[in-house]
Amino acid sequence: MKKIKTTAIGAALLAVFAWVSVSSAQDAALIEAAKKEGKVVWYTSMALPSSTALADLFMKKYKGIEVEVHRTGSQRVLQRVMQEVSAGIKNADVIHTSDAGHFVLLKEKGLLMRYVPKGSESFPDGFKDKAGFYYGMRATLSPIAYNPKIISEKEAPRTWKDLLDSKWRGKMVTAHPGYSGVIMTHVLALVNVYGWEYFRELAKNKLHLVQSANDPAGVVASGERPVGVNGTEYFYYKMMKQGNPIQIVYPKEGIPLIVSPTAIAKDAPHPNAAKLFTDFIFSKEAQQMLADKEGLYTGHPEVTYPKDKPKLNELNLWGVDADELEKRNAEIKKRFVEFFGA
Amino acid sequence: MSIPGAGALERFRERGWYGLRMVDPTLPVWIGASLLLVFLMLLPLGWIFVASLRGEQGWSFAGYVQVFTEKAFFKAIWNTLIISFWVGILAVLIGSVLGWLVTRTDLPLKRTVRALVMASFVTPPFLGAFAWTLLAGPNAGLLNKIYRSLTGSEEALFNIFSMGGLIFVMALYSFPYVFSMIANVCELISSDLEDAANILGANKLKIALTVTLPLTAPALLGGFILAFLHSLSLFGAPAILGLPASIHTITTQIWALFQYPPRLDLAAAFSVPLLLATMLLIALQKKILGRRGYSTVGGKGGERRLLHLGIFRIPVFLLVLALLSLSVFLPYWILLKAALAKAWAVPLTWDNFTLENFRFAFFEYGDTQGAILNTFKLGILTATVGTLIAALVAYITNRQLLPGARYLTFFALAPLVVPGIVLAVGLFIAYTRPPLVLYGTIWILFVAYLTKEMPIGFSQAETTFKSIHPELEDASRILGANRLWVLKDVTAPLARTGLIATWCFIFIGVIRELSASILLFTPKSKVVSVVIFDLKEEGQIGVIAVLGILLLVVSFLVILAVQWAMGKEILATRE
Repeated sequence: MKKIKTTAIGAALLAVFAWVSVSSAQDAALIEAAKKEGKVVWYTSMALPSSTALADLFMKKYKGIEVEVHRTGSQRVLQRVMQEVSAGIKNADVIHTSDAGHFVLLKEKGLLMRYVPKGSESFPDGFKDKAGFYYGMRATLSPIAYNPKIISEKEAPRTWKDLLDSKWRGKMVTAHPGYSGVIMTHVLALVNVYGWEYFRELAKNKLHLVQSANDPAGVVASGERPVGVNGTEYFYYKMMKQGNPIQIVYPKEGIPLIVSPTAIAKDAPHPNAAKLFTDFIFSKEAQQMLADKEGLYTGHPEVTYPKDKPKLNELNLWGVDADELEKRNAEIKKRFVEFFGA
Repeated sequence: MSIPGAGALERFRERGWYGLRMVDPTLPVWIGASLLLVFLMLLPLGWIFVASLRGEQGWSFAGYVQVFTEKAFFKAIWNTLIISFWVGILAVLIGSVLGWLVTRTDLPLKRTVRALVMASFVTPPFLGAFAWTLLAGPNAGLLNKIYRSLTGSEEALFNIFSMGGLIFVMALYSFPYVFSMIANVCELISSDLEDAANILGANKLKIALTVTLPLTAPALLGGFILAFLHSLSLFGAPAILGLPASIHTITTQIWALFQYPPRLDLAAAFSVPLLLATMLLIALQKKILGRRGYSTVGGKGGERRLLHLGIFRIPVFLLVLALLSLSVFLPYWILLKAALAKAWAVPLTWDNFTLENFRFAFFEYGDTQGAILNTFKLGILTATVGTLIAALVAYITNRQLLPGARYLTFFALAPLVVPGIVLAVGLFIAYTRPPLVLYGTIWILFVAYLTKEMPIGFSQAETTFKSIHPELEDASRILGANRLWVLKDVTAPLARTGLIATWCFIFIGVIRELSASILLFTPKSKVVSVVIFDLKEEGQIGVIAVLGILLLVVSFLVILAVQWAMGKEILATRE
């Protein structure tokens, strides 16, 4: 028995070893091919400092492969991709936005390459496309935030409905779903719970409109508007950690969760570098860096988070279906503009 | 209205066959330049017209119907007209007073004042708008903070995110156009005319109103129209100051229409009436001023004396400085502070000091280096080619060398009303298909800039030629020189500083161009302004400040270099 057991273990070990060596041989081939291509062009909507930090980490690990970071808002990323497609230009290798609906659209139009990133199998279902075209590389929340130098904890808003109080008139800032995928998701999540009536009421408080979901953090910190009615939690968190006066509120009734997918373009000019970069994004090293330094959540089961961040399972998360996001994209932009005026 | 070309016909009738024998051997040059201009302008404008009629279901007027029935669109048009009108008025007020003070009075430190006006001109309006968000945001804006701490008031002194704020900032960066036109004219009006009035018993005020003002009227009206059209086509400033307060203008509305899925038909339909409006404006200008003579100089003769300001000399100077601090000192100071601070809204102490923004902008953010290179390549190229074409065309229209020359004026000025972003759509459609596929390269930006800067270049060149009396050329031609020789030996030396100014105007216009670039760039062909706008949308204040300062420094270096090379002033040249 004992002998059989050891043999079994030996065989298993051998199998593992064989698998490792095969996979590392594959890795070596991929790295080789990627190095020949020399660079990967990344269209991303992740905050610029975070995007460049991730690119730097990759470039340190794989010397000789440059990551060209092109950062803008999710909706702009899509606009640029589609403009290039319509003009027959092949430039983008890896596409990453915070609007999951974009990937439904891109997949439908046949613009994505099917590629399952290494290590993604351990990610929860909410991070994976069943057909294998796109995978959630990061997650964040869209909370309320305020400036504690201007607003005391006692009078600060606690719930989404608190924001409708007229005492906040002229004191709040919102980012724009026509620019940001995070806000697109945020608006749909709240519409699903409270209906459009909520935003009609909110707009009466004369909000300051900015574009990126990262921008409210700066607006709140400077005191230009002391309350942010949405925005990326990771950017609020980062600014707070840098010593800016920001307090994040995680409403008990629920909070929008945004999972941001990444995919490889079908006509990627550097397909191997794109695959290598995608694999790298889903590695524990990269995912842990995003959690530690950038304050993001991820789907990687082994990643640990800073102690002062709430655990996702302690919150009531409002997720949004990617197909619904795709279908209602135009409606959301239109009604938001109707209520908020621009 | 006279029929265009009638003049040529008349001349032909007068001279008969003798006139034909004298047909200018340099005609092909003029025709070539004209054709190029028509091609540059007609292709994109034609495509805009076509696109405006082509909806999703084939040909229709649906786009026009929607544009003129939907309230939001109508509001954007109305906002734009209000804003542009007041910008025009303010720009004329500021520009003409300053222009007059600098040329016709004994204001102290004139060179400094000129340099500051130049600095206002060089400052990209979107950068100025950005700086003013930091200065006069209602709550965090530094001026408002100072005001509140001085008065104990809860209210803000200014809210820059408003119609008023938008008009204010746009006027600050539009008045140099008027200034340069007025200063040019004032310098060319000799005191003889004023002396004549004086001898006949007119007082200073009457002289100003009946002699100086009518002489400067063409420049004033031209300045108003230029400032009006300039603010009509601005995109960055209204996007930065208007949108946060829910104020849409035509340009920001069109830009919004280009987001995915793009509505080219609506955007195009939105711009066609604008084009008609400009035609109207220019026709109006012609009707009002067309019959008056512009020529105020027959060479460099004529004495020009300065008005003594007396006890007002210093107070007026301080007022001028205060005014220019709004467009130059304050914005530059806040940019510098934002570039060097960790948090821009708190005082710049050692704890708050950082060079991180510079390091990030130049060494870590990969987009910057390529963008800087593209920007300056395009600036030099466009300025050189643009000056050449603008000068030729202005010469043609000013001297009526071709029948229908006044149509060329329209083509050269037309891009001014076509918001850069609409021009960009026209170009986008035109140059993503054979025979010329330029999209994805910097050449599409080159064509866009060349087209877009033509009105500025042309106006500048035309002002230059207007003040050089044809008599001087006629004299040389009578002596046997052909047009090209005359141009080279007589006109060019007289126009030299004017044309160098044209080069500078175009170069500076190009390196800060945003509204067309925003649609025509691809990540491979980014320029600095686009990078700045991207960063603005994300709120990366420190990095924007660094890139903004870079743009300014380079602009000033170029101006200094050209000035040094010429040994002369560039804006309004004769002292």
